[in-house]
Amino acid sequence: MSGHPLLAAKGIYKSFGKHEVLHGVDFDLREGEIHALIGENGAGKSTLLRILFGVHKASAGTIEYKGETVRINSPMDAKSYGMAMINQEPQVFSDMSILENIFLGHLELTSARMVDYKRMEKIADGLLQKLGLNMDVHSKMMGLSVAEQQMVEIAGALSSNASIIFMDEPTASLTPDEVQRLMDLIRRLKSEGKTIVYISHRLEEIKQISDRVTVLCDGKKVGCYNTAEITIDDMICSMIGCTLGEMIKKEETEISDEPHFAVKGLTSNGAFSNVTFEVRRGEILGIAGLMGSGRTEIARTIFGVMKRDAGTIEIDGKPVVINSPIDAIRHGIALVPEDRHGLGLFLKKPIAFNTTFAASWKIKRKLGFIDRKREKDVTEKYVEQLKTKLTSIYHNVGDLSGGNQQKVSLAKWLATDPDVLILDEPTRGIDVGAKTEVYKIINQLARDKKCIILISSELEEVLALSDRIVVMYEGRQTALFDRSEINEVNVLAAAHDFA
Amino acid sequence: MKAKEKRLSGMALREVGVVAIILIIYVIGCLIEPRFFSFDVLVNILLFTPVLLLISLGEMMEIISQNLDVSVGSIMGFAATVGGAIFRYDKSFPIIVVFLVTTGIGVVLGLINGLLVTRFKLPSVIVTLGTMNIYRGLIFILMNAKQIDNMYIPQNLIALSQPMKSVIGIPYTVIIAFAAAALVALFLRRFKTGREIYAIGCNREAAELRGINATRISMLVFIIAGGLSGFAAMLFISRVGYVNPVTAGSGMEFTAVAAAVIGGTSMAGGVGTTLGTVLGCLLLGVIYNSISYIGISGYWQDAIYGAIIIIAVIIEKLIKTRLVKGQEA
Repeated sequence: MSGHPLLAAKGIYKSFGKHEVLHGVDFDLREGEIHALIGENGAGKSTLLRILFGVHKASAGTIEYKGETVRINSPMDAKSYGMAMINQEPQVFSDMSILENIFLGHLELTSARMVDYKRMEKIADGLLQKLGLNMDVHSKMMGLSVAEQQMVEIAGALSSNASIIFMDEPTASLTPDEVQRLMDLIRRLKSEGKTIVYISHRLEEIKQISDRVTVLCDGKKVGCYNTAEITIDDMICSMIGCTLGEMIKKEETEISDEPHFAVKGLTSNGAFSNVTFEVRRGEILGIAGLMGSGRTEIARTIFGVMKRDAGTIEIDGKPVVINSPIDAIRHGIALVPEDRHGLGLFLKKPIAFNTTFAASWKIKRKLGFIDRKREKDVTEKYVEQLKTKLTSIYHNVGDLSGGNQQKVSLAKWLATDPDVLILDEPTRGIDVGAKTEVYKIINQLARDKKCIILISSELEEVLALSDRIVVMYEGRQTALFDRSEINEVNVLAAAHDFA
Repeated sequence: MKAKEKRLSGMALREVGVVAIILIIYVIGCLIEPRFFSFDVLVNILLFTPVLLLISLGEMMEIISQNLDVSVGSIMGFAATVGGAIFRYDKSFPIIVVFLVTTGIGVVLGLINGLLVTRFKLPSVIVTLGTMNIYRGLIFILMNAKQIDNMYIPQNLIALSQPMKSVIGIPYTVIIAFAAAALVALFLRRFKTGREIYAIGCNREAAELRGINATRISMLVFIIAGGLSGFAAMLFISRVGYVNPVTAGSGMEFTAVAAAVIGGTSMAGGVGTTLGTVLGCLLLGVIYNSISYIGISGYWQDAIYGAIIIIAVIIEKLIKTRLVKGQEA
């Protein structure tokens, strides 16, 4: 064994705005190993990989390649050290051919410096065969499933002759069959001497395939272990070791008998169909399901963003017409969207502006002028209620940490005084501490007699908080569980339509 | 395999469609005005294209790479004015050298656009909207807004646009422009940088993750678009025979965008073909000529061009929705 690791990161710090996400992380990679990187959402795994790959620049720290300090300022630099990245969401060129999607960035050239499609075709055919794929390399990328796109990305990494391959949650959107194929492939790559860094939430996979595991928690390295010497339970413990014991706790609330909000046979063509459920005041209704099962689309349809093709939405037993978010707000419905950045908040605008944006009628004077005093009052009320940490309500939302941004997003919709609150992935991308606070807030809202619809891809969250759970599978409602029937097995079975 | 055929037909459908519209307009023109059915008119239609085609090719590359350059008309005007000024100074100045000068001017002005857009990470529309006026303004300042009259322009240059002076009856400017189009097509289809132009337009983030230097490529596209506009300036002088600093190339950026979009270049970036743009130019040429032959007032031209660009975008949208639906089925 040589003295130096193939690639090593030492004391990596990284901040986005004022929010530090990596606090001095060390990481080392030995030649020819499969090295898993695990941790909860927001622990900093992807950020670390992206720093190694030159996408982000570390605020402090060094990267060493075979013992020598190197500068990796761009993916171009990373490529020159033989690195390649398989992204969590496949990064594809949908209007271009599969062939070009494999080779872009390192197109093969003829002696006349022209693109050598013939040679690329030959190499691609070989690669695709090796990956067990049967596709026409000249057809366009669009129309491929996510799994196929991912395979094309992997073919791309292989065609660049990369010796270090980073895989950021490659199995997140694959079926069990496809996962198995990927596992076989990774083993084969290892036997060919490639070095692989593997991020995944699926610990069984990691146990199966990796040689070593590095665990991150809240931007710090917990430790690096030989996979053979650590059990899955130990992995979980070290991942959440630094968290607040039992994080999610459901508080009993008084649930009224009559449903306040209901949807019947709700359908949006192409997204989901025939969804029926009701929510009582003080109740938390969870919606569970895999990615792409139609969860978010239900929320968007109720809120009038997506077209409702069939079914009714009822409030207090009376059907209401909702064709736009404005209608929804008027009927006391609020949607805290999944994508805080794209949909929820104006990052470059002050906290006060964001908080009062959806409830502007509260702070408007005649002729549409803003009443600054009332703006301040409303904002501060929610800062206090949600315990948002900030220096001034006139600072931009973008300067806050993820958890506090999420609270502003919540405040924005609470300010509209909704009776029905739809929370889509309320804890995505925020740290553990902030999560527990969000859970507390959700409980508090239920106690305040709101109807809460909770959508989350984190099953534990839905299981722990919900009074009832709707389970979706590929746009179909496969189950509706009462509190007594809620358990992991039931929900998972319904989410995979095994029932 | 099936999906491939469908998609192929999507693009080919577009090009066949444009050809069909060209033919329909041509036939209607001939029916209304029999004089329209002549070799001269065909040559005139072709003669409409050279300047527009060169500028459109640059604009097409800009749009493919997800930029928009509205200064190309001013760049052409600037280069044409300088070219004209050289001839006013010395009518016997070698034409080929002036070609190099105007192209060089285009390259420099394009470079300035590119630097502003890439260094400061500004939206290209705004930057070129600014430089469009700066370049145009500079012409006025340098030339005192005076026209360079026909008497200064060398006959050899004007002859390039005259069918009679060409051995095969098709003016040399047309041949030059189509040769340039062929080179652009080769560049875009067969060269690494050409493919990378599509890549950054299709998905810039993905391109950068693949180690493609998107900044360098955007920069290059601005330079090429500028250079083509500068080169087009000489064809413009050849065709028009004088240079008016106010009108030379004015509004050209719009017509160029129209030609590219009609030919199937997607404003979303990443999609567009040289053949499509050539056909787009020809379609505009047929319309321009039929308007003047049929006797419709020239005032209609702008409105018609505007309508056509919108129709082209609607058609593109319809085709795209159809394709997406076809895939889901």
